Amino acid sequence: MSTMKVLDKDYSHWVCARCGQPLQPATVELEYLDSLFNVELPACAACGLVLIPEDLATGKMADVESLLEDK
Amino acid sequence: MEQAELRRWEARCTQEEPPRCRAACPLHVDVKEFCTRMAEEKYDQAWATLCRTMPLPRVLARICDGPCRRACIRGQAGGSIELPALEHVCAQRATRQPRILPAPSRGKKAAVLGCDLAGLAAAWDMTRKGIAVTIYTDTPPADALDGLHIPPAAADSIDSMLQQELDTLRRLGAEIQEHTEITSGLAAGCLEECGAVFITPRAYDRLMAGLPEPDPLTLGTATHGVFAAPPLPCSVTEGASPVAAAAQGRRAATSVARLHEGASLVAGREREGVFESTLFTSLEKVQPAPPVPVPAGGYDATQARNEAARCLRCECMECVRHCIFLQEYGSYPKQYARRIYNNESIVMGTRQANTMINSCMQCGLCATLCPNGFDMGALCAEARQSMVRRGKMPPSAHDFALRDMEFANGEHCTLARHAPDTQASGWVFFPGCQLAASDPDSIPRTWEWLRRHLPPSCGTAQNQGVGLMLRCCGAPAQWSGRNELTAGTVAALKQDWENLGSPVIIAACPSCAVMLRSNLPQADVTGLWEIMDSLTDSRPDILQPATADGHPAVVLHDPCGTREDAPMRQAVRSLLERYGIAVHEPELTAETTECCGFGGLAAEANAALGKKITEGRALRLGAPPAQGKTAEAAPSGTDLQADAVTYCAMCRDRLAAHGKRTAHLLDILLPAQADAPAIAAAPLPSAQEEPVAGTLPADCCAQGFSAAARHAPSLSARHENRARLREYLLTSCWDEAPAASGPQAALEIRYTAQAAARMEERRILDADVRKVLLHSRDNRWLQDTRSPQGHRLASLRPVVVTYWVEFTRHDENAFTVHNVWSHRMHVRTVNGRTPS
Repeated sequence: MSTMKVLDKDYSHWVCARCGQPLQPATVELEYLDSLFNVELPACAACGLVLIPEDLATGKMADVESLLEDK
Repeated sequence: MEQAELRRWEARCTQEEPPRCRAACPLHVDVKEFCTRMAEEKYDQAWATLCRTMPLPRVLARICDGPCRRACIRGQAGGSIELPALEHVCAQRATRQPRILPAPSRGKKAAVLGCDLAGLAAAWDMTRKGIAVTIYTDTPPADALDGLHIPPAAADSIDSMLQQELDTLRRLGAEIQEHTEITSGLAAGCLEECGAVFITPRAYDRLMAGLPEPDPLTLGTATHGVFAAPPLPCSVTEGASPVAAAAQGRRAATSVARLHEGASLVAGREREGVFESTLFTSLEKVQPAPPVPVPAGGYDATQARNEAARCLRCECMECVRHCIFLQEYGSYPKQYARRIYNNESIVMGTRQANTMINSCMQCGLCATLCPNGFDMGALCAEARQSMVRRGKMPPSAHDFALRDMEFANGEHCTLARHAPDTQASGWVFFPGCQLAASDPDSIPRTWEWLRRHLPPSCGTAQNQGVGLMLRCCGAPAQWSGRNELTAGTVAALKQDWENLGSPVIIAACPSCAVMLRSNLPQADVTGLWEIMDSLTDSRPDILQPATADGHPAVVLHDPCGTREDAPMRQAVRSLLERYGIAVHEPELTAETTECCGFGGLAAEANAALGKKITEGRALRLGAPPAQGKTAEAAPSGTDLQADAVTYCAMCRDRLAAHGKRTAHLLDILLPAQADAPAIAAAPLPSAQEEPVAGTLPADCCAQGFSAAARHAPSLSARHENRARLREYLLTSCWDEAPAASGPQAALEIRYTAQAAARMEERRILDADVRKVLLHSRDNRWLQDTRSPQGHRLASLRPVVVTYWVEFTRHDENAFTVHNVWSHRMHVRTVNGRTPS
């Protein structure tokens, strides 16, 4: 499965409080209603804590959720 | 939905039925379209409309006798439309003749015996069906109109018009054999050669004398392939109806074509001639207007335009006109039923109608307005149940409402007890979870009032008490189409009720009353308002209603749950009258009242539409219009300036939040005492100086009932209010110690205005935020190193929704929340590993 790139901005100024590591682009597997997607998202390289920014959650992600709900 | 069921639904909606004029025209001319074009002075388009259905249009448009006028509904409001005069003007003024083409030949033939209008019309239609037709006549074709009524205005031109149409007919391929004697030998020969013969009215007496009458539906005679039309009745002064004559020819042509195709001669022809349309058209708002008199020489352009403009353009749309939901999807119930049927039939692909199905308020207004009782709510309810059964209900549509219900029916909010110091209940007060959410303070005082005034004679010695039940009636489960959840909710409610000895239920909320009556039929359910009305009938002094500045008057909004509950609506009016409060009714009131937008969980599944619905209703209740918009016209004799009053807590809060000052009836009848302890939760603590909540414009709070200006509580406060109410009652009535609060309660959280607004919009509760912040304390947050204030981000997925909170921390337990959002998609792995 190819990895979708949905974010352009740099999120390396966000740092994981537990690991002290700046977030780096990672391949994140997202699931909704039995559908899986690989998306490139900023995450802590050590513990895998992912950042899902507001624009993404209320924009593209919400659109896809609604699309899948109507499938 | 089965197809037969779809057909049953479709049959109830008459919007696609033709207007009465078209049904009354034997040729089914599209009168509505014609008048629309004529009113716009678009003669060429109007003429094209006539040419689509009329044979020999240059002739018929000039001599049409207008049978539509007998059916025209305008006749009940001034006089029928003068269609013949309009057709004549159109024929005179049109400059473009639509091209009339013969159909490709099918190698079939027919003979028409006799040359009259029926014969010419039959030949006209046959050429257009690809049949080679020959007219045999012993009279000159120029005499074809003899015996028909010719209006004086057409007398001069009709001969040349007939010549033109005879030329058209020849061009279309019809042959006219003149000077041919019409005999039975000719008929037999034609039948032998062509297989189909039409005996016109003019030839009828010669060829059909002594034979049985032809079948009126097909014009078929005893001889296979021979069709015949008897002469039409003819008044001495008027002559026969030209349109009826042309329709005879059309009927014959249809029979001949079906015969040649080997199709059934009779199937589906019930509506070929004149029929009764079932289209309903309301004349309620139609101003009477008399017809423009027809001068001897016919209308001029202005007269024609004015006369055509009188056409009512008949349609039903009764339900759509009064329902923002039905308007939203651009069509009408018959089409919607098809969309819902198609939506269900989709195996792969996107179900386009899901949102529509979930946006209906199920309020019953359409069924009340529809002459055939089409109930879009029932249709959508069935569709939702089917979606749930098939696992195709979008999970997000009702998620928040169902969790809200779960909370209202959970351990923190429910209560079912006899009154303090009693062991039995003859009655139980059921305020409903939305009244508890909206105004928890009203519940102890109402309960206390009931306990004091419900007469002992109402019960036996053992069950004179008035118990209390705090829980949700199950409406959200039912509205969301979840039958099992509804059944489970009702079962728990029933258990509580039986434990109290199955007392009479006094419901404060109309929707609860509806739900309880249908789902708990063994219970005796009455409205709080009927009880109040009957108790104060002989003792009005037991209520001291709130006073309003100036002359007390209210605009009454009946909740949609009372549509079929006339006794409850009547009790409310009687109470207001008893206390001298003048009632103004909006245009849609009582059994035709409008829903506030919460019904059917419409506003939950479609927040934008819900807002539109509530704003619309608020405007029609006299809310000040938005800038640049005009106020709704009030029904005559009604003043919509006064505060609105209603008796459903959800209606109250939604209307108040959308610009109309609205009081709950309890605010007025049983106002809060100044010294009563406050139960309701305060607005969310704000990071700014001003309180966060605030929806009513300050300048409209100057007069009327002060409670009408009460803010609608936030979603978080609605939750908390229910729990606080239970806690208050346990401590004050039964002396029970409050439950120990969890660690989340210890967090001191302030919200920015933006965060508070987003929480409402995104359905995120203070309780959700607390869970996220508590979870974040173990170093589970992200730090924005660029933020001078040190913004942090934390998230948590308690069940299926992931909540994000952007915050700053002041100390271990003190936070300011700057923003919140959520999503339903779930992180499974990061770089192939499960996140720790």
